[in-house]
Amino acid sequence: MRVGELLTAGFLALLSLYLMWKSSELPIGYISGTGPGGGAWPFWLSAIMLICCFCTAFNWWRGRTPASRSEEPVLDSHGWRSLIFVGGGIIGFVALISIISMYGGIAVFLFYYLWFLGRHGLLLSLTISLVTPIALFFFFEGAMQITMPSGLPFTDPVFNVLYDIIY
Amino acid sequence: MDVLLLLADGMLVSLQPLNLMMIIIGVTLGLFIGAMPGLGSVNGVAILLPVTFLVPPSSAIIFLAAIYYGAMYGGAVSSITLGIPGASTAVATTFDGRPLAKQGRASLALVTAALASFVGGTVANILFTLFAPLLASVALSFGPPEVFALMLLAFATFVGLGGDDIPKTIFSICFGLVLGAVGFDQISGAPRLVLFDYNGFLQGIGFLVLAIGVYGIGEMLWTIDQTRGDVTATTPKMTMKGVAADAKEATKRGWKGTAIGSLLGFFVGILPAAGATPGSLMSYGVAKIVSRNPEEFGKGAVDGVAAPEAANNSASTGSMLPMLTLGIPGSPTTAILLGGMVIWGLVPGPRLFVDEEQFVWGLIGSFYISNVAAVLINLAFIPVFIWMLRMPFTILAPMIFVLSIAGGYAATRDMFDIWLMVVFGIGAFFMRKFDYPLAPAVLAIVLGPIAEPTLRQSLLLSSGDPSIFFTRPVAGPITVVALILIFLPALKFLRRSPAKSKNPAS
Amino acid sequence: MKMSKRTLFGFVGATMLATAPIQAFAQDWEPRKPIDFVIMAGAGGGADQIARFIQAVAEQQDLTTRPLVPNNKGGGSGAEALIHVNTANDPDHTILVTLNSFFTTPLRQENLGIDIQTFTPVAMMGVDPFVLWVHKDSGITTFDDYVAKVQEMDGEFVMGGTGAGQEDSIVIAYMSGAYDLDIKYIPYDGGGAVAKDLAGQQIMATVNNPAEAKGFYEAGDFVPLLAFSDERMPAYPDVPTIKEMGHDFSYYNQRAVVGAPGMSDEAAAYYQDLFTTIYQSDEWQGYLTSESLSPLWMDASEQRDYWALQVENHQNLLAALGE
Repeated sequence: MRVGELLTAGFLALLSLYLMWKSSELPIGYISGTGPGGGAWPFWLSAIMLICCFCTAFNWWRGRTPASRSEEPVLDSHGWRSLIFVGGGIIGFVALISIISMYGGIAVFLFYYLWFLGRHGLLLSLTISLVTPIALFFFFEGAMQITMPSGLPFTDPVFNVLYDIIY
Repeated sequence: MDVLLLLADGMLVSLQPLNLMMIIIGVTLGLFIGAMPGLGSVNGVAILLPVTFLVPPSSAIIFLAAIYYGAMYGGAVSSITLGIPGASTAVATTFDGRPLAKQGRASLALVTAALASFVGGTVANILFTLFAPLLASVALSFGPPEVFALMLLAFATFVGLGGDDIPKTIFSICFGLVLGAVGFDQISGAPRLVLFDYNGFLQGIGFLVLAIGVYGIGEMLWTIDQTRGDVTATTPKMTMKGVAADAKEATKRGWKGTAIGSLLGFFVGILPAAGATPGSLMSYGVAKIVSRNPEEFGKGAVDGVAAPEAANNSASTGSMLPMLTLGIPGSPTTAILLGGMVIWGLVPGPRLFVDEEQFVWGLIGSFYISNVAAVLINLAFIPVFIWMLRMPFTILAPMIFVLSIAGGYAATRDMFDIWLMVVFGIGAFFMRKFDYPLAPAVLAIVLGPIAEPTLRQSLLLSSGDPSIFFTRPVAGPITVVALILIFLPALKFLRRSPAKSKNPAS
Repeated sequence: MKMSKRTLFGFVGATMLATAPIQAFAQDWEPRKPIDFVIMAGAGGGADQIARFIQAVAEQQDLTTRPLVPNNKGGGSGAEALIHVNTANDPDHTILVTLNSFFTTPLRQENLGIDIQTFTPVAMMGVDPFVLWVHKDSGITTFDDYVAKVQEMDGEFVMGGTGAGQEDSIVIAYMSGAYDLDIKYIPYDGGGAVAKDLAGQQIMATVNNPAEAKGFYEAGDFVPLLAFSDERMPAYPDVPTIKEMGHDFSYYNQRAVVGAPGMSDEAAAYYQDLFTTIYQSDEWQGYLTSESLSPLWMDASEQRDYWALQVENHQNLLAALGE
C-alpha cells in the first residue's frame, strides 16, 4: 500500500501536468475586458490537482494517511486474480460487442462469469446467459426503440428475424 | 377559483378508467426505465412521444406525466439497491442510501425515498398551483451571474462531502471539473482538451460515462476485492407489514430532510439553467448542516436519503414551470415535452398559460394523480427490488456489469464512451483503494459545465470586472453566503489542524 | 421485472398491430433495421424539434417498415454527428438532420476530415430565416432606433447568441460590419437559453429563428426589428428586410435531411420518396407555415449544387469573421 499510494499520486501528478499542457493550447490568462481565456478554467484547476498530488506525497512522507502506514500489498494474489478475471472479462465483453453484437457479448460474458467465475451449474448458467440478452433485446429494441450495436455483418440474418418479430 | 376548477377538472379527467389505466402502465414503465442505470425520464418520454399520437391528447399528456413521475421514483431504486446513480439527480441519494442497503436496511431506504419523493412532488405541485406566474418572474431574474453564484453555493456543500483527506477531496473536485471542460469551449467555440487527439473527446465526457464507470464498474470491482467475492446477503425478507413499519420509521427520522428537500429543490428547480442536480445536492448539504447528528450522514442517515429524493422530485416538477410559463425547457425531458406540445399544435411561451388553460391545468392535475399512483406502485414493488438484492452475488454482479454497459450504451450510443467507461472504472478502482473520494468528481462533472460558462458570461457582461458577483441584488447575497460557507470550514480546519496533527504522532 | 417488460412490449406491439404496417408505395429496397435518425443538435433545440416532428409524422402515417430512431448528437457544434454519420458502418440505415453547422463545422475544423460532398442528398425540408429581436421594455421600436442605440452605447450593447461561428453570430457579424456597430456578444449553449435571457432582459437583443422567439412575440414581450430573409415574411409583414435597407444579404438555417456517405442508390431513392411524402403531408406544410419556415424544395443534384454554394458562402463569411 505504501509504495502504491506514492505511485498513484505520481501518476495523477503526471496526468495533471498533461491536462495543464493540453489546456494551454487555448489562452490561459486573464484577458482584460473579457475575463479568463478558454484554457484558463481547466489549466488552473489542473494546477490545483498537481498541488494536491504534492500535498498527498507530503502527507505520505509524514505518514499521515492510513495507506502510507500500511505494509499490506495493494492487491494480494487473490486480489490480482479477481481483478484480472473480472476486469479482463469486462474488457473482453466490450471488445466482443463490436464483433458479435451487444446481445452476443452479453450472452458470452454472462456465461463466462456465471459458469467459470461463479461456479454455478451449467444449466443455470446457460439459462441466465441466454434469457437475459433476449429479454434485454425486447426491452431496448422493442419497447425503448434504442438500437444496440449489431456487430459485424455476419449477425445480420439473426437480427433480421428478430426485427421482423418486433416491428 | 377558476384555476382550482380547472385543476379539479384535470384530476377528474385523470381518474377516468382509460386514463387511470394509462397512469398505472405509465408509472410502472417509468419506474423500471428510471431504475435502469443509464436510462431516465428523458428516454421514457422521448420514446413514448410518438406513441401518444395514437391516443387522445389529454390521455397522451397523462401518460407522459405518469412516465415522468415513475422514472423519477425509479432513479432512487438503482442508487440504493445497486449503488449506481441512474441520473445525476440521484447521486446524492447514494451517499446514505447505499450504506443503508449494505446494513440490510435497503427497504427502509427505498421506503424513505418513495415517501420523500411523494412529499417533494406534492409540495412542488401545490407551490406551482398557487404561485406559477409569480415564480416565472423569479426564474427570469436569474441571469448568468446569479446562476454562477448558485453554483458556488452548491460547491460550498461539497466541503462537507469528501472524506477526511482534504488534498484528495480537492483533487477529486478539480478532476471532475476538468473532465467537464473537455470537448468545446462554449465561449470561443474552439475545441478544447481533445485528449490524445481522439475525436471521441470532441463530444465531451458525459456525466453518465463517469458515473457508470465509477459506480457500475469501479465500485463493483472494489466490492469484489474487499469481500473476496463472498457477499452474503443480509437483507431480510420483505413483507407488506415490513413496509408499513419502515414507513413509520422513515417518517420519524426523515421528515426534516424531506421538508428541506421539498422547498429548496423546488426553488432551485424552477431556474432553467440550474436544474435538479444542484437542488438535490444542496438539500443534502443543508440537511446535514441543520441535523442534530451530522456525523451520521454518509453512514446511513435517513434524512440523507429523504433530502435529495424530496429535492429531485420537487425540482423536476419545478422544472415544468419555466417550460409552461415561458416556453423554456429546464431539462432535457421538458425539452422533449416541449417538442411534443409543438406537435400537438400548442405554442410554447408566455401565452400558453393564458391561451391553453385547459391543457396546462389538465397537465398539472395529472401530476397530482400520477404522483399518488407513483408512490403506491413504488411501495408495492419494493419487495421485488429487495428480492433482486437477495440474489447470490455471483449472479447479481455480472448482471450489474451487463446493465451498466448496455445502459451506458443506450444513453450515449457510442462505443468510444463505453471504452471510456471501462477506463474510468478501472482507474476508479485504484483511486478508491487509496481513499480518493469519487463522489465529488461525479458531481463536479455536472456542475462544472454550468459554472464555467456562467462565470465567463458574467465577466463578459461586466467587461472583466469580478465585482459583478457582489453588486447585483440577487447574485450578491448568494455569493457572500457561498463564500462564507466555503471558507468557514477551511478556517476551522486550519485552526484545528495543529492540534489534530499531534494525535496520530502520539 | 419480466412482468412489466411484457406489458410494455404488449402495449407497443398492440399499437403497432392496430395500424398494420402497409407500405404506401411499392419499393425495391426497404429498411431491414431501425433507421438511425441522427440529429445534429441536443434535445430540445430547433433542429431537434423538427426531427421529432418528422419522426412523429412518419410514425403517425406509418410510412416506414422500421422505425426512425432519433439519436441526438449535438456535441462540438455538430462535429459529433458528422463523425458518427461519416463513419457509420451501415450507411443504408443512417440519416442525418442538418442545420448550417453541416457547412461551417467541417470548414472550421479541417482536422475532422469531413467532405460533405460525399454525403447523400435526401431532402431539403425548408429553410429557417433569422430575425433581430429586442425586448419591448427597451424602448427600441425600429431598426434605426436600434442602430442609434448601439452606437450611443459604444461597445456596451449586449447581445446573446449560440456562440462564435454559429449561425446567429455570422448574421450579427455581417450586420455589425455593415452598420459599423460595436456589440458585446455573449455566447450561450442554445437558442432557448438566449430567448430566456432576452425575456429576463439580461441581454438587450438577439438574432433568432422565429420558432424560438414566437411565444414571446405573441405575448408581446419581443419586438422584431429586421428580417434577414430575401422577402418580407408572411408572419411579420411589417418587419423590413436587410435587403430593403440596401444590403445584399440574406441568411437562412437549412433544415435538410442527408444520408450517410456510401449509401446505396436504392436506399437513397427510398429515403427521397419517404421524405417527399412527409414534405407533402398536411402536417409538415402546416408546420412550415406556423413556424415561419420558407419552403425550398430541391432534387438531389440541386442539393449538391446548393451545398457547394453554401460552403463557398460560409468560407467567405467565416473569413470575414476572422476565423
